[in-house]
Amino acid sequence: MSPTTQANKPAFQMPTKHYLNATYGIRSWLLTTDHKRIALLYLISVTFFFFIGGFFAMMIRLHLLTPSGLLLSADTYNRMFTMHGVAMIFFFLIPSIPAVLGNFLIPLMIGAKDLAFPKINLLSWYIYVFGAAFTLYSMVSGGLDTGWTFYTPLSTVYSNSAVAPAVIGVFIVGFSSILTGLNFLVTIHTMRAPGMTWFRLPLFVWAHYATSVVMILGTPVVAITLALAGMERLFGLGFFNPAMGGDPILFQHLFWFYSHPAVYIMILPSMGVVSELIPTFARKRLFGYHFVAAASLAIAIIGFLVWAHHMFVTGQSTYAALAFSFLTFLVAIPSAVKVFNWTATLYGGSISLDTPMLYAFGFIGLFLIGGLTGLFLGSLGTDIHIHDTYFVVAHFHYIMVGGAIMGYLGGLHFWWPKISGRMYPEWLARVAAVILFVGFNLTFFPQFLMGYLGMPRRYHVYPPEFQVYNVMSTAGSSILAIGYLMPLIYLTWAAFYGRVAGPNPWPTTGLEWITPSPPPTENFEITPVVTWEPYDFHQRPELGLDMPVNPSLAPAHGDD
Amino acid sequence: MHRTGELYGQFKTLEQQKDSASLGMWIFLVTEVMFFGGIMLAYTINRHTYFHAFAMGSNTLDLKLGGLNTVVLLASSFTMAMAVWSSQVGKKQLISVFLALTIILGFVFFGVKYIEYAQKFHHHLVPGRNFDITYCVNKPSNCEDVKPEELAVEREEIAEAQAADPDLNSHAQLYYSAYFGMTGLHALHMVIGAGLLFWLLRQSFAGRFTPQWNTPVDIVGLYWHFVDIVWIYLFPLLYLIDRHK
Repeated sequence: MSPTTQANKPAFQMPTKHYLNATYGIRSWLLTTDHKRIALLYLISVTFFFFIGGFFAMMIRLHLLTPSGLLLSADTYNRMFTMHGVAMIFFFLIPSIPAVLGNFLIPLMIGAKDLAFPKINLLSWYIYVFGAAFTLYSMVSGGLDTGWTFYTPLSTVYSNSAVAPAVIGVFIVGFSSILTGLNFLVTIHTMRAPGMTWFRLPLFVWAHYATSVVMILGTPVVAITLALAGMERLFGLGFFNPAMGGDPILFQHLFWFYSHPAVYIMILPSMGVVSELIPTFARKRLFGYHFVAAASLAIAIIGFLVWAHHMFVTGQSTYAALAFSFLTFLVAIPSAVKVFNWTATLYGGSISLDTPMLYAFGFIGLFLIGGLTGLFLGSLGTDIHIHDTYFVVAHFHYIMVGGAIMGYLGGLHFWWPKISGRMYPEWLARVAAVILFVGFNLTFFPQFLMGYLGMPRRYHVYPPEFQVYNVMSTAGSSILAIGYLMPLIYLTWAAFYGRVAGPNPWPTTGLEWITPSPPPTENFEITPVVTWEPYDFHQRPELGLDMPVNPSLAPAHGDD
Repeated sequence: MHRTGELYGQFKTLEQQKDSASLGMWIFLVTEVMFFGGIMLAYTINRHTYFHAFAMGSNTLDLKLGGLNTVVLLASSFTMAMAVWSSQVGKKQLISVFLALTIILGFVFFGVKYIEYAQKFHHHLVPGRNFDITYCVNKPSNCEDVKPEELAVEREEIAEAQAADPDLNSHAQLYYSAYFGMTGLHALHMVIGAGLLFWLLRQSFAGRFTPQWNTPVDIVGLYWHFVDIVWIYLFPLLYLIDRHK
């Protein structure tokens, strides 16, 4: 809390009519077309899958406590890590920020009443639930053991586990993602309020624009790939079956054509969140707004040209590998642009360490480690050594957990007052953020070391010399679990019993903060007209940031 | 179901509503291009690798039926375009007529496709355990719908292809994987399109479409033309690989 907001905090009242109490009853939720309610439906669904995926993760970590394995048979272990990946990637990470925060915030941020296609928005949630039902069915009927990548011909010919329902579920859930991306793109193009020009859009919206491009161009490709693999398993089509002259490597190409850009579906929205958090809690305009916006698009575009770096050891052409290695390095440039701009924004800012800012700092640090180790993996020579080791596991968890989930939680805390109308307990939240950070690093940093020393991923046993790292990792994962349970509990508590937040508790500049918290169903009583630039704290005297009562207590501003 | 030209709550003007709907459909068509793109890539790579088997597979297709379906679909594109035009100039009866014609042509397509698929089942040309590219050649009595002189040509072609590709049967199966995968997905899109056309027809009978408000006709038209264009690619890719013999 910055001194100004703490000192002159008026007591707020909840608005009498808002989107949460506009109508009542289960039908008013299950048939809603309000983007804010659909966001909450998604919030509940993805949280459910997050804890299912978390349960599988705990099983893996407990099992690996001893070199010979503690709990599970080899076959069950294979199923555990597969279902961990499937649940976390397709049912939590991909929809997390876009479908929850993006759904809730994009119309508010651009000054619209709703997304362009509210019914399609509801439809995409139902598609998600429908796909989730198939995948859950696969999980309760014994699960699948192919790895989340469904590599053929293991998945199509040899595996005896419940592959088909899981593949069908993932295929279906892809359409939910496509429709969300389509809805966002159209909304951002046609629904902006008067004065909300492209370069007045919050960077959160720019990040979602780029994410949506990846969703609509990538997801159909994995859909057709999984459809072909599914038909191969069920009806004997042969594209990926070497026994018939088909090519399993083709499956890998098609799969990674989506699944590498999918990483950017996970990380770009998180970057968007951080781009909102940093200016708010540094009280400064974001440094290099245009570059950060363009970097989102650049990441989305270059991200489509790097997929074969997952396949350096498949025996693909060396020249292809060279090109893909180069392009992989290239994607680091826009990523670095973002990190440098966030850091430069902090310079001379008046920084307050509220919980969302702690998550933003966590994101920057962990994303930096995750991104730079990605370069190790993108170099041809190094990759031969560390391919399919725990180094890879650590690398992508630094991106997906340290990056994407840190951003998601930071955003959830930041907008929780807007979503629920109430503040979360600040000190508890800070403690949870620190526990998460410590637990995360204790879990995954040792995995870099053991991976570099040669421990392969996806093995249920390991040589005793790796035990010390595995024990650290398992210990860290139990701390991490506490760090995830805490927000679940206190955010739920805060939604009902927290202090009433008021429209703009931080305060900050986005359009979503000029409407009451929680917002009315139609978002704005009168359509806002935008006359200011994004993150321009100095031109917004109504925020009370530049006009302290006593000039000697003025917060220190840099020369921004 | 809303009245003619009613503005949905989230929009400010009818123009904004129409722009959003068209943009939405165009973006959806982009996703469709990527969707069909995946299977066309699989087709292209395999056709390059196993050209003889693919040419052989292609020659077992019925060019007349494929050609007929191409004409039928092109005609349906024309009637669809006329339905869109009728809605723009406000000829309310003509909209229904042309929509109905489009639906009929769609069903003619399904009928022809059904005949083709049934033939392939009888000739053991469906990928799976019983796939046998030489089935008709070896058992002419089971393939009475194929003329003897055509079978003679086929026997020669199979012998040639087998000389060039010892595992012809497996690789021809890949061709038929492509055939059923691509035409199956295309047919599925046609079924969805026919459903949308029925939905339009109902509204058209109720007189909902006017020159001011005809967005659904417009965007379903876009979809229908797209599905036709997919067939325009599928026909030469599947039927005309190496017909010059």
